[in-house]
Amino acid sequence: MLRIKTAKTRRGKRELEKRAPQLVESGKKTLLLHGTKTSAVLNSVLTQIYHLKKGSAVKYSKKNDNINPFESGGETPLEFFSRKTDCSIFVYGSHSKKRPNNLIIGRMYDHHIYDLVEVGVENFKPLESFSYDKKLAPKEGSKPFICFIGEGFEAVEELKHLKEVLLDLLHGEVVENINLAGVDRAYVISAVSPNRVFFTHCALRLKKSGSVVPRMELVEVGPSMDMVIRRHRPPNEGLRKEAMKTSLQKPKKKEKNVKGDPLQGKIGNIYIPDQKIGEMALPNKSKGVKRERREAKQNRGDRASKRTKEDS
Amino acid sequence: MEVENQEPMQLEVDLGHLMATDLHHVFPSDPTPSREDLISQCLQKGTELVQAIAGSLFTLPSTEDVDGPLVKLPPPLAKLPRQKPLPKPKPPTKWEEFAKKKGIQKRKKDKIAYDEQTGTWKRTYGYDRANDEDAVPIIEAKPNDDPEEDPFAKRKENKKKRVEKQEKNRLQNLKQAAKFGALPSHVQLAATALPITGTQTAPKKVTKDELGNIAGTVATSTASGGKFDKKLAGEKPAQHKGKYRKFLPVVEGRGIGSQEKEQTEKILNKIMSKHSHDILNVDKAVTMHTVKKEKNRRFEKAKASATDSKLKTQKKSFKKGSSKKGKAKGK
Repeated sequence: MLRIKTAKTRRGKRELEKRAPQLVESGKKTLLLHGTKTSAVLNSVLTQIYHLKKGSAVKYSKKNDNINPFESGGETPLEFFSRKTDCSIFVYGSHSKKRPNNLIIGRMYDHHIYDLVEVGVENFKPLESFSYDKKLAPKEGSKPFICFIGEGFEAVEELKHLKEVLLDLLHGEVVENINLAGVDRAYVISAVSPNRVFFTHCALRLKKSGSVVPRMELVEVGPSMDMVIRRHRPPNEGLRKEAMKTSLQKPKKKEKNVKGDPLQGKIGNIYIPDQKIGEMALPNKSKGVKRERREAKQNRGDRASKRTKEDS
Repeated sequence: MEVENQEPMQLEVDLGHLMATDLHHVFPSDPTPSREDLISQCLQKGTELVQAIAGSLFTLPSTEDVDGPLVKLPPPLAKLPRQKPLPKPKPPTKWEEFAKKKGIQKRKKDKIAYDEQTGTWKRTYGYDRANDEDAVPIIEAKPNDDPEEDPFAKRKENKKKRVEKQEKNRLQNLKQAAKFGALPSHVQLAATALPITGTQTAPKKVTKDELGNIAGTVATSTASGGKFDKKLAGEKPAQHKGKYRKFLPVVEGRGIGSQEKEQTEKILNKIMSKHSHDILNVDKAVTMHTVKKEKNRRFEKAKASATDSKLKTQKKSFKKGSSKKGKAKGK
């Protein structure tokens, strides 16, 4: 016996439809959580990453001691959380003697683990330790510039993987149009050695230059840290092929307020807002208005003179 | 992939992601540079890369907007994996297949239709709708119609049947879609429990432990407590012989307090409250009394109505009064 379960409210239905698979996907939500033991540094790292991704991140504050992403059994809580919060990237922090200040960045495909990268955080400098002109502070949710420097990103397997994961984490959404006045942040990631990556977040200062293109200046504002690659698990080939599949179909866009009639051709609806004619200000004083004022003035003058005549 | 040929460094700029990569830069490692040197070098290279991105970004054709110039970005070059699989097209429902075969087109219904009975335009659905079949006041009888049958009830039944059939068809269509993995996003198919129809109940699964417990109980429920019963070959001894008992630990830890004291206190309280004469549960006594009174009153009424009041003498209920007094005295 099967029963059809549907959302009881329209809002619930809309939420479910948002979570359904779509042809063209919007940005991935990030889940930040930590394990049984965390260090102060790691707590700070997680909160600052959360601030960088304010609109599209979920931060859990409880300790989770049954998560081991690299082991086969320990991923089920992560998959459960991913399903609950609809997050496809997670950042899991834990601290132990063997792996101090450990950060595991992972991605999900269909709420199952797709790939993992484990890095150690060293030389972390939080947001507060940078002093800069507050006017330059980047706004929340702005699309960042991302720069990768170093031959390591091509040569070393793990760094290549890390590059892809960091791009996925930091790039926000794929947008078609962008407002040029709103570009104000940049992430600079450089591979200083085959297993160490330097990460920093800067604000952009645009200066006037001769041409249309302004001169850019980087001012370090945000958290900066050294990432030391520890382990990584690339996605297996079949899953990767499936996840990279794109469809040639474009999402159907409904054209509203247009009807096609075989007799009359294409008909459209235009909706005009209510024009409050009585309250509108006249754009230019027409002759009639001027004359009225002149006459009113004259009448006042006549009345005054009439009164004086009667008085006298 | 755009390769800047003017500069000696080769950069790859991906405008869709606003990303720039310099894969040919080597950080000098012979005199291992200090941290500040490294950072300054990174920032310097970063500035170059950002300048390159800005160069291509600001030269794109822009449209003017209220907040600033808008540019249309090209699609990104670096492909990232999806987070959910591609949506599958849903299979056509049974009606859709039939309609396609017969060539039936979908027709859009208007919100208002003409009602012949009243001669006005009414809405097509909802309260006071046009051409409503349930709202006819008179149904004319046909010559071959059954006089016992209620036509209104029959109409209602027919409608109910139609609705049930439609629900069944809907479920079948959804099951078919679920088989192809194309269930609509806001629908879930959930399994419900089997219906309890008459004598047939859903077969309940019994676990191994439960069976063991039951077997043990059965084994000890003989006159001699199951000691002298013949056991089958390979039968294990009963799991729980006798009562469940809790033994207190020999050595008590700190901070728990005296468990033995608690145990004896509990038993004492139970005994005392059962036979205590001082504490009377007044509410309980009152309810017991009223309930008994009601019962007797009903009994009296029934008896009085059943028998003829003239023939039999009215029996005075001495018994009830005496029992009440006796109870009050006793407590």
